[in-house]
Amino acid sequence: MSVARTPDGGRIDRSQVLRFRFDDSNLTGHPGDTLASALLANGIHLAGRSFKYHRPRGILAAGAEEPNALVTISRGGGRVTPNLRATQVELYEGLVATSQNHWPSLRYDAGAINDALPDGLLSAGFYYKTFMAPAGAWAGLYEPLIRRAAGLGEAPTQPDPDHYAHRYAFCDVLVVGAGAAGLAAALAAARAGRRVILADEQAELGGGLLAETALVDGIAAADWVAQTVAELSAAGVTLLPRAQAFGVYLQNFVGLAERVTDHQMVPHPKAPRERLWKVRAGQVVLATGAIEQPLVFPDNDRPGIMLAGAARSYALRWGVRPGTRAVVLAACDSGHAAAIDLAQAGVSIVAIVDPRADGDGAGAAASRAAGLTVRGPAVITGTSGRLRVNAVTVAPLRPDGGTGPAETLACDLVLMAGGFVPAVHLFSQARGTLRFDAERALYVPGDPVPGIHTAGACNGAFGIAAALADGFTAGAAAAGTVAAEPAPAVTGEIVPRGSWRGALPHGRDPRRVKAFVDFQNDVTARDIGLAVQEGFRSIEHVKRYTTTGMATDQGKTSNMNGLAIAAAALGRPVPEVGLTTFRPPYTPVTFGTLAGPSRGPLFDPVRETPAHAWAQAQGAVFEDVGAWKRARAFPHAGEDLHAAAARECRAVRDAAGLFDASTLGKIEVCGPDAATFLERLYTNSWASLAPGRCRYGLMLSEAGFVMDDGVVGRLAPDRFHVTTTTGGAARVLAHMEDYLQTEFTDLTVWLTSTTEQWAVIAVQGPRARDVLAPLVAGTDLSEAAMPHMSVRTCHVAGVPARLFRVSFTGELGFEVNVPAGHGLAVWEALHAAGQAFGLTPYGTDAMHVLRAEKGYVIVGQETDGTVTPDDLGLGRMIGRGKADFVGRRSLSRPDMLRPDRKQLVGLLTEDPHALLQEGAQVTAQATPVRGTAALGHVTSSYASPTLDRSIALALVANGRARMGKTLYVPMPGGAQAVTVVAPVFLDPGGSRLHG
Amino acid sequence: MLLIRCPYCRADRPEIEFRHGGQAHVARPTDPSAVSDADWAAFLYFRDNPRGPIAERWRHTHGCGRFFNAVRHTVTDTILATYPAGEPMPDLTAMTRPEGGR
Amino acid sequence: MVEHPEASLAQTAATLAAVHKQTTVAHAHSACRWVLRCAAAVTPELAPALGCPLPMTINTATTASERAALMLGPDEWLLLAPEAEGAALDTAFAETLSGYPHSLVDVAHRQEALVLEGPRAELVLNAGVPLDLDITAFQVGTATRTLFDKAEIVLWRTGADSFRIETARSLLPYLRAMLAEVLTELSAE
Repeated sequence: MSVARTPDGGRIDRSQVLRFRFDDSNLTGHPGDTLASALLANGIHLAGRSFKYHRPRGILAAGAEEPNALVTISRGGGRVTPNLRATQVELYEGLVATSQNHWPSLRYDAGAINDALPDGLLSAGFYYKTFMAPAGAWAGLYEPLIRRAAGLGEAPTQPDPDHYAHRYAFCDVLVVGAGAAGLAAALAAARAGRRVILADEQAELGGGLLAETALVDGIAAADWVAQTVAELSAAGVTLLPRAQAFGVYLQNFVGLAERVTDHQMVPHPKAPRERLWKVRAGQVVLATGAIEQPLVFPDNDRPGIMLAGAARSYALRWGVRPGTRAVVLAACDSGHAAAIDLAQAGVSIVAIVDPRADGDGAGAAASRAAGLTVRGPAVITGTSGRLRVNAVTVAPLRPDGGTGPAETLACDLVLMAGGFVPAVHLFSQARGTLRFDAERALYVPGDPVPGIHTAGACNGAFGIAAALADGFTAGAAAAGTVAAEPAPAVTGEIVPRGSWRGALPHGRDPRRVKAFVDFQNDVTARDIGLAVQEGFRSIEHVKRYTTTGMATDQGKTSNMNGLAIAAAALGRPVPEVGLTTFRPPYTPVTFGTLAGPSRGPLFDPVRETPAHAWAQAQGAVFEDVGAWKRARAFPHAGEDLHAAAARECRAVRDAAGLFDASTLGKIEVCGPDAATFLERLYTNSWASLAPGRCRYGLMLSEAGFVMDDGVVGRLAPDRFHVTTTTGGAARVLAHMEDYLQTEFTDLTVWLTSTTEQWAVIAVQGPRARDVLAPLVAGTDLSEAAMPHMSVRTCHVAGVPARLFRVSFTGELGFEVNVPAGHGLAVWEALHAAGQAFGLTPYGTDAMHVLRAEKGYVIVGQETDGTVTPDDLGLGRMIGRGKADFVGRRSLSRPDMLRPDRKQLVGLLTEDPHALLQEGAQVTAQATPVRGTAALGHVTSSYASPTLDRSIALALVANGRARMGKTLYVPMPGGAQAVTVVAPVFLDPGGSRLHG
Repeated sequence: MLLIRCPYCRADRPEIEFRHGGQAHVARPTDPSAVSDADWAAFLYFRDNPRGPIAERWRHTHGCGRFFNAVRHTVTDTILATYPAGEPMPDLTAMTRPEGGR
Repeated sequence: MVEHPEASLAQTAATLAAVHKQTTVAHAHSACRWVLRCAAAVTPELAPALGCPLPMTINTATTASERAALMLGPDEWLLLAPEAEGAALDTAFAETLSGYPHSLVDVAHRQEALVLEGPRAELVLNAGVPLDLDITAFQVGTATRTLFDKAEIVLWRTGADSFRIETARSLLPYLRAMLAEVLTELSAE
């Protein structure tokens, strides 16, 4: 039996002992424990060091709002998760947890020197003020120091071996929170026959009912929970424990992070660690409860000082005595409820201190009836104890706000009941406005949001009876009905009444005390006062200046106190000061959960061409072009990529090459107006193109810039086979559909993507016809019968094909289109047939060199979205007789006619073997004066094996007027002198196209 | 993720099936050559950016493939109406409604 | 992932009421496919050639023997037939449609299909499909283009627990791997 475990009671399985490790201690707990309850059962409150001052901190809460007890859980093999709240970590056999933000150890932390630094050094906005000089010291000195000293857990260094799942889910009613209100709402909706999902962040559904002595419907609250969950399950409700609703987005799209295996000792190796539920709900019921607030008094942060409701939960739900002698500071009747139940669990209640003038209500009466001492109005003015609280000073509170003589009370546990604040985070994320309830000094949901219902404590309905009634009403409303039956009766509950917002009076020198508002970011009441004093008025500014509410807990236990203190300092009522914005996530969500299966090989689809396996077997080196894998080159043994590409280039020029062009985009344009449509989408003329012929087409954006190019073949009067660049396939089809559907609605044309229907195999080189002819049936390949830029349907290697006579190398060439399923077989047939003629497969590296030798541009390499046809020297592509096409009007805008536009030119380096860098600037001087604009830049640069020298293409201002001139290209090794030449380096007459 | 009613599929479909296509009802001049440089520049580059409802082009790219128009409130990001391309723009002033939230 | 090579288009349609102990994904048999684009008024002309009337409600499918027509857009149908019937149907379609403005494009090799069957098929699909697949919301005979995570698919519910998924040829490995991942994940439950 652990030192602080009650002899019986609680929802833990005492028959089983779980061993776990916390820092250097080997400890035990039971199934049903959280790490926090197990630590407390072992008498351990000290769980971490604070963010700035490295003050010892204990477990404050019992749920998601915990600001102090952040731990790192290590499961081995790279499974490390920092910054987990010990209050939410379920215990399992062998759990290994370490505390954070200390050196050398949790008990002796050198960083605690920060707590003794001169007054104000780490106060509000310290990083804006303290570390300003000398200039430059911030990045090199201060920031690393601060980052090391202040912080949370350490990020894991190894890849996360776990996997994570995603799931879309749909329901009529999503209920968030399975406490009294949530269970009631789910019941009402399920009884109305709706599809219901009920999600709760805890391992067990029931919420506060699992730590309750009151009776519901005449039975123990926990039994009522069991009965209700059974009914919900039988009704087909999807029950999701361990599922945190972290974000509510538009139209009831809700993100749930479900912890699937974190609570298991040995998770199933195939089970996901977490699952992201993307829920689309018709109606959402938010039954997210309320969060008890701490009280702000000097040294209110020592281990052993915790929230009253949390202490009560530890006693009732987990069978833990969190201390032996307790002082209860009760500004809310929840303090009385906790005192009574802790006393029942064997904790000695030294005193209940109630600061309220009107504190003497039902709670105090119940305490007195239980034989407990109630003092009030009175406050705690200080505490002592280094690693655990050992005493408090209690002073009466006078009506004028001053304090009377203080008395010291020895204790090892201090409970704070500051009153509850509705957890309106998700409602606020759903764009619900909040209303300030001045009487109770809290924000509650205001104007209703369509499709969103709030119920229970999150709606300001405190207490079990009120929550149940509210839940039934909300659930029925969400189901589109009215509650059929009254909510079950509740007996024996102490309804949480009352609160204290802001700092408690303490009568001490404010400069010498630290009364914490935000435990996680170490913000004190004085910091907030200081921010106001320094002129900050907006609560959003106060938040950022002081960092209150900016930690991973997002101010769940600090925002309302901070707001009240700021309002008091400003002398304005709370609602006038405003409220900071609630943003997702409610609690942190791991990146793994958000990424889901999209990692490693499933990060993005990898698209392979039909002949990919062949290329892979040949040892091809691939590159990514969009999602496609394309073979760069087919290196032989001992060859590098450069040598392979050079060999492949020579083969194409001397004999023949085989190239996989399957990734080219293809669109079938069909319909009686197909030619007219192309007339309007491309710069050149199509009406005159005879069936069986093809033409190079240039496509502009409406702004007049080149957006794509490709060969278009006319198969029939009403059918065109359009090709696009690999990267432009989807974009061009969308562009065409856009104009077809929204502008040129007078045309009867349809577009069908055929990119993946066809495998495309280019056969290029002087022997191309010799390679191909024996395999072709149904058409004559001769120059006379099938001239350059023609297209035929025929059979290739026995497969129906569309055969294009086209060239992107400057050589005699064909492109064989066969149905993709035959692509590999036809490739292999062509490869085999070509062996007698020196046919060599070539990759994209060689393709780039071959086309650059001919000055053929690649859209996206020579162009960047600011290049016109004339800039590329393709002015002849503008159909002379065409009145209009997309982009035409823009070509005559003044800027498009400027004489200094950048034009495509060739560059030859003075040193024939110097290779320019692509992207390098082109300048008039070798050493341009600083501030001189460059004339342009290099777009393509290669070593040309055919010419045995380097070649480059460049866009240069007024480039065509600079032919023969010397320009410079600054490079890392010094400027290269280059001569401007025409951008065609080989066969300018085009005679090689004809074999 | 928004739910968008596709006027062709007559169903609410998830936003990721759609692509946004910019402001709607910006008609391409029937005779661009007759348009002044200034007017052409306005057609190309100038778009409204209201605080409130705006008519936009959307395409149900991963669905029926159709372009249609939607009125979206730029503050609340709610879609107030969808209708086939070619239909007249609804009266946007009648669609302004309380913005809600921040 | 369990291979299920017998699954064919016809069998898929026939297994409407089959109760499977397991949820399986299998590669569908090769099929002929065409994208037909034309005015809705033209489609009745094609019904005799295809052997079944074309659906006139968007995002639904009709089937007859082993052929099927899926209406994926207001003027767009995906026609499916067994591979052996391709040439004959091609000719029949061309004859029937000549004289009517239309676009008929052979996409047999553009796409591949998977058949997903079993009691957890909905759950498997909802790992990546952002649509409500409850039988009341996505009825038998519903067919639509949508997404499975990053892959565009055509999803056709052929039975209460069976779906045919068409996707681009190059995206098939991605889709298969995703489905395998989900089936693996569910096997751990």
